[in-house]
Amino acid sequence: MASPVTSVRAWLDERFHLDEFKALAQKKKVPIHRYSYWYFLGGMTLFLFGVQVLTGALLLLYYRPGADEAFESVQFIMTQVQFGWLIRSVHSWSANLLIFMAFAHLFSVLFLKSYRKPRELTWVSGILLLFLMLGFGFSGYLLPWNTLSYFATKVGTEIPAQIPIIGHPTLLFLRGGEEITGSTLTRLFGFHVAILPAIVTLLIVIHVGLIQYFGMSVPPGIEAEWAANPAARKEIRFFPNFVLRELMAWYVALGLLGALAALFPWSLGVKADPFGSAPAGIKPEWYFLFMFQTLKVIPAKILGMDGEMLGILSFGVVGAAALLLPFLDREKPFNTRRWISGIACVFLGYMVAMTVYGWVAK
Amino acid sequence: MLVVVAWLFCIGTLLSAQSKNSCLECHSNLPEPLGVSVETYSQNIHGQKGLTCAACHGGDASSDDPEKAMSRSAGWKGKIERKQIPELCSSCHSDAEQMKKYNPGLRVDQFQQYKTSVHGIKWAKGDAKVAVCTDCHGVHDLRAPSDPRSNVHPTNIATTCSHCHADAEYMKPYGIKTDQFANYEQSVHHDAMVVRGDLSAPTCTTCHGNHGATPPGVASVTNVCSNCHVFQAQLFQTSPHKDAFAAMGFPGCVTCHNNHAIQHPTDEMIGTGEKAVCIRCHTEGDAGFVQARAMHDQLESLQSALTASEEILGRAERQGMEVSQPMLQQGQAKDALLKARVTVHAFRDSEVKRDTDAGLAVTRQTHIAGEQALKEWKFRQVGLGLSLVMIALTLVGLGFYIKNLEKK
Amino acid sequence: MSSVPDASASDASVVVPSAPPDLPRRRLVNILLGTGLLASAASFLYPIVRYLAPPKLPDLGGDAVLAAKVADLKPNTAKTFRFGTRPGLLIETAAGEYRAMSATCTHLGCTVQYRPDLREIWCACHNGMYDLNGRNISGPPPRPLEAFEVQVRGDEIFVRRKQEA
Repeated sequence: MASPVTSVRAWLDERFHLDEFKALAQKKKVPIHRYSYWYFLGGMTLFLFGVQVLTGALLLLYYRPGADEAFESVQFIMTQVQFGWLIRSVHSWSANLLIFMAFAHLFSVLFLKSYRKPRELTWVSGILLLFLMLGFGFSGYLLPWNTLSYFATKVGTEIPAQIPIIGHPTLLFLRGGEEITGSTLTRLFGFHVAILPAIVTLLIVIHVGLIQYFGMSVPPGIEAEWAANPAARKEIRFFPNFVLRELMAWYVALGLLGALAALFPWSLGVKADPFGSAPAGIKPEWYFLFMFQTLKVIPAKILGMDGEMLGILSFGVVGAAALLLPFLDREKPFNTRRWISGIACVFLGYMVAMTVYGWVAK
Repeated sequence: MLVVVAWLFCIGTLLSAQSKNSCLECHSNLPEPLGVSVETYSQNIHGQKGLTCAACHGGDASSDDPEKAMSRSAGWKGKIERKQIPELCSSCHSDAEQMKKYNPGLRVDQFQQYKTSVHGIKWAKGDAKVAVCTDCHGVHDLRAPSDPRSNVHPTNIATTCSHCHADAEYMKPYGIKTDQFANYEQSVHHDAMVVRGDLSAPTCTTCHGNHGATPPGVASVTNVCSNCHVFQAQLFQTSPHKDAFAAMGFPGCVTCHNNHAIQHPTDEMIGTGEKAVCIRCHTEGDAGFVQARAMHDQLESLQSALTASEEILGRAERQGMEVSQPMLQQGQAKDALLKARVTVHAFRDSEVKRDTDAGLAVTRQTHIAGEQALKEWKFRQVGLGLSLVMIALTLVGLGFYIKNLEKK
Repeated sequence: MSSVPDASASDASVVVPSAPPDLPRRRLVNILLGTGLLASAASFLYPIVRYLAPPKLPDLGGDAVLAAKVADLKPNTAKTFRFGTRPGLLIETAAGEYRAMSATCTHLGCTVQYRPDLREIWCACHNGMYDLNGRNISGPPPRPLEAFEVQVRGDEIFVRRKQEA
């Protein structure tokens, strides 16, 4: 058979020993049990990130960073560029879905305990990726330079300024000056399209590489079941069986993104006026809302210390705890495993509650 | 000790700067009509500048002895008669040298003006009912006109004039109407001045003059209105109405717009409808009637085109389409309509047509933009539907493929 | 998720037609899948390809607008031009300097004009006056006219918004 596919294959095989790759690919298995659906979330997050990279690159062809051009260029994309509205709205919606998926992936991994030895570094790289995704969200939000994004960034950068000692330098670093100006836009643009992508790419390679190396984790309960009854163990091949199923999920996601972009196009807003007053009830995007709302409800003074600063420091503590979670999960001297699930559950509930509260509050 | 001395020194200097006003010390304790409270006089601009009661009433304000203070030899005039007031005030206020010492920017021709006014002419003939200085400016609590509490502050002038001019009984001997204030209260100028606080809006004195108050004659009414409504006046001067009105002795602007009860004009005022002013003179068949109808139709057409464009753009926006550019463009059409409503005063429909045509050109474009936006929205929904069908197809295909794959 | 025993022994990714009754069905599925993949890929690629082609209209904002040619204006004259969707006023002063500003009166939005006799900018609607820098000097306008930047390149006069920091 001299079909084109076969001849190309043969050509590559002479140079790259495709069979070795094939064998490697065949080896990867995905365990099947009642929690297996959660395995989709990681790939979905990666897929949505891919959508962001693609739509982001396309937007870069027409976007102009700069206080006097940014808004107009986004308006241009939405009104003049063919399907510009689609690319932009998909980018905005996918950003939100991506962050949601990242959180969902995090919590599913947490509750299924996939962070246990030997996968600690996979977890750590994952948490870092989450922080970077939030960084993407924060930096990207300012780029359309409309009223909402201007003031959301203003409020958002004021929060880390409360941290003692490093607070003000952090503010200067984020804003490129004391106030939000065109310099802020340039700086955050640089983060959004160059610096963060570079770091994230590296981390993704590490994260996915580690997953390949260690294989898929099985939750402790299932592991115990299978240890007791080896015949119950089920697995399917990653290539092509699991990949085909993931493809289905990704197609559903694509359809959802298209529908959201067409039915609920992302609004342009009004061009930012730095001398104008902040709109009433200004709040950050939903994924920062729980922190924002926490700081709003925290009392001014707690045990004689500044409430807001304590709030911010507590975020730092929670972040550090999340990062180091695998090392906090131990059986000696104290069995923390059950506690971790419980605390995580409470924290998840808190995040959801505060997000809803922040959303409905005036 | 030093502090007490310093304090006493300050008070002392203060008191001496304010010359002693013995009159007030007694009269502030007397009942009306002889009583003038310290508080009242403290509002008086003359008092604030250091003038005592003696400045107007004569006498010796430095003496605590009533005999000496109110002695004729010291120049005490007692109660000032109404008809003496203008000349009394003018004894300082027409003296440039004197006034320079207090406020070099003040005019000194008020009395001159007054003598040319209806009030002044009647006063000269001995009429004691007409307004003299104090009737408008106040007496013992006389404030500067720039003070919002002054009777002659722009926001209060109409009310001050109305004290006489709205009093039918008082005005009986003069045979003029007393409905001006009531009419003015309904007007757009009153709304601007008193309600919205726009001090540049006209009040009684703006058109009639303050000290030289004389109602504008028929011929000069347009001059008065044209101070602000420049363009309308210029157009009127070139219009067929100018000579026609002059021939019939009709005043310019007032004939259609009223003098005191100036309402906000509407498009209904022009044309041949029942609210139109044109049909007061013009009848079916005459050239003016035809023009009036034409002008009305032109304004109507632009207004309805504007509304139609706004409606379609609003719909497009609510569906999430980006129509900020055409919405901005609508402003140009609104400008054209504003201009057309001014051009009406040329009373030639060809002139009005130029402006409405310009506006209609814009509304045509914005309406098309709205239609395109709605079409685009439909296109997007169709596109979405198609791609969802493709996706569904693929999903079904994948599902079966996987099933087949794993059947083995 | 279907529970399928591990099939690593055979190469399950290659479709081998087995019993004839399965063949038409398998073919159908493949065609279905192929069509679906192709069609959906087309529906993703079509917008992207269209997107890459630049639109016909010049872009909005940021760039300078060609307001007039140098020859169009003489000293102490002015020209109204389109700036985005709003009118702009370009003046050549008696001294030969160019001034450009928004021509939308800040009172009630009428379009202002240059008065060569007064050497000021005048609004016909309510007699508002502005000086040559756009400052409101008399009449109802509450705010100055927004001033623009003028750039002369060769024989063309360009106007653009004042650049922010």
